[in-house]
Amino acid sequence: MTAVKVFVPIDAAARSVGADEVAAAVQAEAKRLGVAIELIRTGSRGMFWLEPLVEVATAAGRVAYGPVTAADVPGLFAAGFLQGGKHPLLHGKTEELAFLKRQQRVTFARVGVVDPRSLRDYEAHGGLRGLRAALAMAPAQIVDEVMTSGLRGRGGAAFPAGIKWKTVAQQPPGQKYVVCNADEGDSGTYSDRMVIEGDPFLLIEGMLIAGLAVGADQGWIYLRSEYPDAEVALMAAIDMARREGLLGKSVLGSGRAFDLHLRRGAGAYICGEETAMLESLEGKRGMVRPKPPLPAIAGLFGKPSLIHNVMSLAAVPTIVEKGGAFHAGLGVGRSKGTLPFQLAGNVKHGGLVEVPFGMTLRELLYDFGGGTASGRPIKAVQVGGPLGAYLPPAKFDTPLDYEAFAQAGGMLGHGGIVVFDDTVDMKAMARYAMEFCAVESCGKCTPCRIGSTRGVEVIDQIAGPGPQVALLRDLCDTMTHASLCAMGGLTPMPVLSALDHFPEDFARGARARG
Amino acid sequence: MQPTADPGATPVPLTAAQRAAIDVAIAACRDLPGALLPLLHKLQEQLGYVPPASIPPIAKALGLSQADVHGVITFYHDFRTTPPGRHVVKLCRAEACQAMGCQRLEQHVQDRLGITFGQTSADGAVTLEAVYCLGNCALSPALLVDGRLQGRVSKERLDRVLDTCVHDGKEAQR
Repeated sequence: MTAVKVFVPIDAAARSVGADEVAAAVQAEAKRLGVAIELIRTGSRGMFWLEPLVEVATAAGRVAYGPVTAADVPGLFAAGFLQGGKHPLLHGKTEELAFLKRQQRVTFARVGVVDPRSLRDYEAHGGLRGLRAALAMAPAQIVDEVMTSGLRGRGGAAFPAGIKWKTVAQQPPGQKYVVCNADEGDSGTYSDRMVIEGDPFLLIEGMLIAGLAVGADQGWIYLRSEYPDAEVALMAAIDMARREGLLGKSVLGSGRAFDLHLRRGAGAYICGEETAMLESLEGKRGMVRPKPPLPAIAGLFGKPSLIHNVMSLAAVPTIVEKGGAFHAGLGVGRSKGTLPFQLAGNVKHGGLVEVPFGMTLRELLYDFGGGTASGRPIKAVQVGGPLGAYLPPAKFDTPLDYEAFAQAGGMLGHGGIVVFDDTVDMKAMARYAMEFCAVESCGKCTPCRIGSTRGVEVIDQIAGPGPQVALLRDLCDTMTHASLCAMGGLTPMPVLSALDHFPEDFARGARARG
Repeated sequence: MQPTADPGATPVPLTAAQRAAIDVAIAACRDLPGALLPLLHKLQEQLGYVPPASIPPIAKALGLSQADVHGVITFYHDFRTTPPGRHVVKLCRAEACQAMGCQRLEQHVQDRLGITFGQTSADGAVTLEAVYCLGNCALSPALLVDGRLQGRVSKERLDRVLDTCVHDGKEAQR
């Protein structure tokens, strides 16, 4: 009898609610019953309200049970879950679940499906096709495909990737770097973490292709220290890639060299800003550099550097494999391709939703998210991380694309969406935005370093319309226009959006939130 | 607040074990490009903190000024200059966790252990630190206890975490 395949996530979020205990219980129960199973640890499918989600490979496909606790496991075996047996936790075929079926997973196609610790599994599910294609192409051709794809930086700034690639490629030959920004510090975001833990070879492949295209033989990854599981997963994948000849002196026997350095951050949000990240990689305080020079010309250690977020690099293998036109065919307007949105906070069905640009925020919040976890009405959502705007329900019909969001006074950023119910005090959230900026400012420029502290003080003095509100707006104007980087420059976005959309919360003095 | 190292004060002299840990960290990292962060991580992994007296030997090994090293240690939230408790609990206080009431957890630790962020409980069991996002935002509130992520943290779950920290079999050793 062949062993039945059982899949339990090894993703940090799934582990945070007991996936390891469930995996151990499944092994123990199978042993006790003398049943042959093959337990495979995967990434997460990104349906976190169902974690730990256990899948079983049946003749009809993979079926899902969740959320499973270790105590549920004997009952699952008794119900015949190895054959997809009926049980209160059974949700049917995984691929048929509405939350997944309505998505178009490109970057996340393998996450939750494959064993992230197996390069063979990666290849068996379409991995390395992009790299093999790239090895047969001239560097300029690869850059052209990225240009055609219309890919824009997924880290938040949405800068056209092709222009960066071209700039770095055009620098004179010599030491160049591909730098991956895996300092995913925005609250409400976890897509980088999920890919690194669930499909790390995808990131490695993306960086390899980027290296071939721009003439870099070294890639550097700056991973935040708050992601210990991701570090373990990535280190294991890099080691395996070296052993298998994917990284090293001759990539897949091509004679072209590429290797990776993995560096751990040290708990500074500002190091997600690309020039602060470069300083940190060089072993210094994460102080923002003025631009110019652009990092594409003088970046890491003063050398030309192609800097991208994890999601941008993870989009590259598909673009090269299927052609830039495939990517450009998805999305709307100048927002091409898909964006992995992340539903977070007070949301009933929190998780990863990869869809082409263009869906409305409302569809995402209600059709996918199912409203709040508390069952109360949604009062506000913050889109795009701690520097993104707070939007009221009146703005929920805004389409999810870069330009539409800018027009609505917000930004998509890294695709994180944090949901708040009607118990939230928006003045407290505005105050927190300033406080966060004060804690995390690198201190190089005055508007950010001092302005954020003054901002907390001014908000504390607001009790209804009056001169303090005018002062806050004036301060925000200074921060927006005079800060060196997005930290001080965008902190006014959550502050002013809270003030503009929820003035009633600023009409009274401070209140404790419970 | 936790007493932090006064840069003007004479640092506590290093023990032999600390010197050995510094040597290990220097040997492992001195030849890396941009060596200081990996070196400090390596040192803190061994000792739980970066003793202020380690600054001169690190600076010398890397050809940096003591001010450079001090500047980096104090810039990053991760590096401590005083020993932590036996267990480090990092409680997320970013927006997604706020949306799920993490402030109540902060209050709960304060009520139970009498400490707030940056402090260590009187029995030396727990150091509480603030963290801004652990990437577990669909399972908020979240915390990290000794590097292990926890999600959907209720007061009851937090109590279980704190119980394991306090009653870890090392209570008598202090």
